[in-house]
Amino acid sequence: MPLFDQLYNFAHWLAQDRTEAEDLVQETYVKALKGFSSFRPGTNFRAWMYRILRNTFLTSRTGLKATITLDADEGLEFPAGTETPETIFIEHSQHQFLQAAIEALPVHFREVLLLCEVEEMSYQEIAEALSVPIGTVMSRLSRARKALRENLQQKLVRS
Amino acid sequence: MADHCVARFGTAKLDTYLDGELPADEMRDLDAHLRSCAPCAADVLNRLQMKRAVHSAGMRYRPSSDFRERVRKSVAAKRVRSPIRGWLGAAVAVALLLIVGFVTFSVRQGQIERQQAFSELADLHVATLASANPVDVISTDRHTVKPWFQGKIPFTFSLPELQGTEFTLVGGRVAYLGQSAGAELIYQIRKHQISVFIFQDRGAVRGLGSSGRSQKELSFHIETWNQGGLRYFVIGDASGDDLCKLADMLKAAS
Repeated sequence: MPLFDQLYNFAHWLAQDRTEAEDLVQETYVKALKGFSSFRPGTNFRAWMYRILRNTFLTSRTGLKATITLDADEGLEFPAGTETPETIFIEHSQHQFLQAAIEALPVHFREVLLLCEVEEMSYQEIAEALSVPIGTVMSRLSRARKALRENLQQKLVRS
Repeated sequence: MADHCVARFGTAKLDTYLDGELPADEMRDLDAHLRSCAPCAADVLNRLQMKRAVHSAGMRYRPSSDFRERVRKSVAAKRVRSPIRGWLGAAVAVALLLIVGFVTFSVRQGQIERQQAFSELADLHVATLASANPVDVISTDRHTVKPWFQGKIPFTFSLPELQGTEFTLVGGRVAYLGQSAGAELIYQIRKHQISVFIFQDRGAVRGLGSSGRSQKELSFHIETWNQGGLRYFVIGDASGDDLCKLADMLKAAS
């Protein structure tokens, strides 16, 4: 089964729940098999699979709840601190801090960041997977990174 | 990143640079800048480390072997179709192909037969007009023309009263179509001669349409219909409207 581990990892990050992630992945494969005729040869298979998974997630109960805040989050700006989160993070080197910070991101930031950093997709591939223009991918990615730094700063201050 | 550099590049540009998504010329410019600007180089290094850390932290969840097996089985079950269903599908497909083929063949065959009959009628009409003796019974009186056919053709027919119309009856002759004898009546309207063919509705003329059909054959207008077991054809170079009028009168008379 192609992309099984990667899709599961992505699904779990989106749903934040093991059972729900399994349902998402299973449904993704069933839909992909059923709708394989709609896949156009020559286009990106990986982006197509992620698009199915993401659409399945968005129509799930968790997905609907997670995306309600999308519009409100679009314009958020995160203030830059004097000490950069990167340096703080590297000093502490706490893996779970970073995972918690990613987890705390709104889902539309989380997904774009994971597709770029974990799946190492190109902006074009991400645009296909999320069904958005490349410009949106770039701006969303930039805001996601800012938000991640902000989350890290807050967590490190609290600790 | 130094303030003057932020103004020049923007912080997001460094991330785009690390993602390898900057256009080639901007990539070269930034490469050159990083070699000479220590604060920017440090910033890029920080971002690169963050990028690597996110990559590593992001690979967090692994599917269980149970789940992997479950999905593999469910996918395999969907792939393997029941052999009975497969045969049924193939049989239905073959049956559909045969039906479509038969219908197409029948329609095409019907079109060919109709075309042949109309061509033959057009030939008969032209041959009559070209003949030195176009009609065997010369009369404008339908009560003379109709009885003339007695004993010559195996059926009888009625002809319309033409008084008060532009049509005149010229006469009639026996015609043959598909080895069947029938009547050919010649009418005239404003110098145009029109042939009316009447045959028994069987053999070559059968199935040419149960109701009136108007079409053109070699620029001749043709009207045909079936009435009382007889097949009527009205053919000529007069207008379609004139042919329709004559056809209506013949229908009314029968």
